Amino acid sequence: MTAVPLAGADGLAARNSRRLASLVRAIVLPAAAVVIALACGALLLYATGFDGAALFRVMLVDSFADTRSIGETLLKAIPLILIGAGLCVAFRCGIWNIGAEGQLYAGAIAATLVGTSLHGLPPALHITLVIIAGALAGAFWAGIAGALRVAFGASEIVTTIMLNYVALFLTSWLVTGPMKDAGAAYPQSARLAREAWMPRIIPETRLHLGILVALALAGLLYVFLFRMGAGYRVRVVGTSADAARYAGMNVGRNMLLAICISGAMAGLAGAFEVAGVTRRLYQSISPGYGFEGIAVALLAGNNPLGAIASGGLFAALRSGSELLQINEQVPQVLVQVIQGIVILLVVAFGVLGARLRLRR
Amino acid sequence: MTGPTFLRLDNIHKRFGAVVANAGVTLDVEQGEIHALLGENGAGKSVAMNILAGVLSPSEGRILIRGEPIRLGSPRDAIRHGIGMVHQHFMLVPNLTVAENYILGQGTPARLIRDMGEVHRRIEALSARYGLDVRPDAIVETLTVGQQQRVEILKALYHGVELLILDEPTAVLTPQETERLLVLMRGLVADGKTIVFISHKLDEVMAVSDRISVMRDARVVDTVRAADTTPRELARKMVGRDVLMELPRRPSHEGRVVLAVEGLTCRDEGGLPAVRDVSFEVRAGEIVGVAGVSGNGQTELSLALAGLLPVDAGRVVLDGRDVTGFSPAEMSRLGVANVPEDRHRMGIVLPFTLAENVILQRSGDPAFSRGGLLRRGAITEATAEILRRFRVKPLDPDAVIGSLSGGNQQKLVVGRELARNPGFMLINQLTRGIDIGAMEIVMQEVLKARDAGAAILLVSTELEELFSVADRILVMCGGELIGEVPPERGRIEEIGLMMGGKRLDAIEPAA
Repeated sequence: MTAVPLAGADGLAARNSRRLASLVRAIVLPAAAVVIALACGALLLYATGFDGAALFRVMLVDSFADTRSIGETLLKAIPLILIGAGLCVAFRCGIWNIGAEGQLYAGAIAATLVGTSLHGLPPALHITLVIIAGALAGAFWAGIAGALRVAFGASEIVTTIMLNYVALFLTSWLVTGPMKDAGAAYPQSARLAREAWMPRIIPETRLHLGILVALALAGLLYVFLFRMGAGYRVRVVGTSADAARYAGMNVGRNMLLAICISGAMAGLAGAFEVAGVTRRLYQSISPGYGFEGIAVALLAGNNPLGAIASGGLFAALRSGSELLQINEQVPQVLVQVIQGIVILLVVAFGVLGARLRLRR
Repeated sequence: MTGPTFLRLDNIHKRFGAVVANAGVTLDVEQGEIHALLGENGAGKSVAMNILAGVLSPSEGRILIRGEPIRLGSPRDAIRHGIGMVHQHFMLVPNLTVAENYILGQGTPARLIRDMGEVHRRIEALSARYGLDVRPDAIVETLTVGQQQRVEILKALYHGVELLILDEPTAVLTPQETERLLVLMRGLVADGKTIVFISHKLDEVMAVSDRISVMRDARVVDTVRAADTTPRELARKMVGRDVLMELPRRPSHEGRVVLAVEGLTCRDEGGLPAVRDVSFEVRAGEIVGVAGVSGNGQTELSLALAGLLPVDAGRVVLDGRDVTGFSPAEMSRLGVANVPEDRHRMGIVLPFTLAENVILQRSGDPAFSRGGLLRRGAITEATAEILRRFRVKPLDPDAVIGSLSGGNQQKLVVGRELARNPGFMLINQLTRGIDIGAMEIVMQEVLKARDAGAAILLVSTELEELFSVADRILVMCGGELIGEVPPERGRIEEIGLMMGGKRLDAIEPAA
């Protein structure tokens, strides 16, 4: 590209101030949200007779104290980053996919089927098949809601929430019925074939290769949204469907694409949970990653790269709250209240950021 | 009758980040006058008036009423000081009645329900006094744009406003409604109110104002009595140079038929008949204008030609090929460019950058995309080219288009469409809501495209626009083509009658 004299000093200054403003929005606001939330949490602990400072200690120190803690935090970050980054695509397209939890379960079911029914394959091949099955199942589950939206205008908010229940109860039925491990007393599926296990990458921890896949996919989705024509069209559809139609874009097809991408990411998260963590399908393999992923995407400002940071943060919150329960005997409900405060403030600051952008 | 100074803006500054919108605006408004604030888009008129209406707060400077400095923290403060503004985009809740809109935020629900009868009576009385024809129980969204504007004006009067600010009030009105508004403005002033009226239409400003302040580059450059000036002088002050009121034009060299429309019939989005049996041709190298009062099928005609509305009957033939029912994407691939009527809704994506808006139809074009990846260098360069050719401000492809003035936005849209070297160009409202400088540039560029052999259909409710560029004018009324006239200003009466539905053969030839 030849150098074009575009803007003089004024233009440059304007551009710099724009960069600074977007940096403030991307980093300062979310960080402020987290700090204020932790402070509120500490006050809450203090008021209920616990050691308020323990919250900061646990969240900021203990969660990163040793390899094991870091490994567990990163393990939780895998599904959060995957789902958060995927939802960025859907939200940028104006599709409110609230069904990542169900799509995660759909992916987990498919991954379990592929992981338990095949034997003797080379591990690389078997793992790949498990992953693909999970992603396709997640995309299919999301695609149902997407197709209903495109064909009949059915609100995807409603349909994805309802499909969550369908996937959850389907899982319960499967692990108590057709897929139940014959020898087990508990509702659980058979163990996945050893070749289908995700390789662990840090000794002494359960952290598996999925973390690298999650990071790579988040990067890839960033490139998709902001560097590729297809991602550009997804953003146009999400920002102004009328302009998209006028420009000759197929609004329905882009919506379907976006929701399927987010579903595939959630399905992949489900596949990683069974192939990397539990090795079996259980009734409740996800502690709500699908819902937390929504907050991850919002905190990231619907930027998949930001989802890496916000996914990591929510993972740290999650393992920190486990430590709070174990080390400080803080009751689980109180921990959940603190998590709720964090999410609430994050969303509130997200709205504030959007307002600042509008006022500019 | 104008009297002593009612209001003074004293050295008002307003900055948005690095953008300076007002750089020392000083303005005196006299009691009982109509004071026009004239200026190009982006000159800072709306910002100054929003400060006066309490919507924005100034970075520096003072506001004085009858010599007393006042502080305006909100529109409510402004109304308490007797200042009310009718915005370009109305601030009405569409699914409430007129009366309900007036009392929003005015007290407790119980009191409001009790007082509703009184509210209705006051609205009716005010409406009758100024001949506004506003019914208190009408649901706002069922009213026409002109009626909604009168509802807004009456709302300000209802709240006891003494100084009424009207932001580009005629931009959304038909010529008849405009005339009615100007009459109303004179009536209000006769009744002792004071009006500040933002506009960039020289004719109206000359017709209705007592004094005129011209804004340019964030400052008031001059204030003159309307009686002591001429439109040409005002235009020169506004843009800082002489304006070509008459564009130099070569005679058209009409070539082959590019677009042939035969018996086109379609319905509007609500399913009501909108275009009935319309037939015409557009040849290479000519600009065919379509005139008409807004709402007479022109919108639907252009949407149907763009592939955005289904065609019920008739054919559209482009370069000898039947393209009836083609999608917007297919029309675009065949080299059809389209400047849409509603710029904000369709023509651009407001939160996106200029560069992102330039590739709206061409994100898959090999010129801008390779292997699925966008070619950012090529996109920036193509954008920079448009920005330079159309003198868009700022000259920065990464600026967000929503932060530009309407004129600069339209320059980008027209530039984008012309950059595709279209064989056929469909334009609906070329110069709506844009300043004279931008008007001149887009008109000249469209004329250049015509001279280069493009076939152009220009749908417009602004007759001046059609007189300036069209080679012939078709008049539409009630979804039908009523007739055709040459673009001569002398035929304006004839065109007006046809816009009102009189067929050419029914009009008595001028004696």
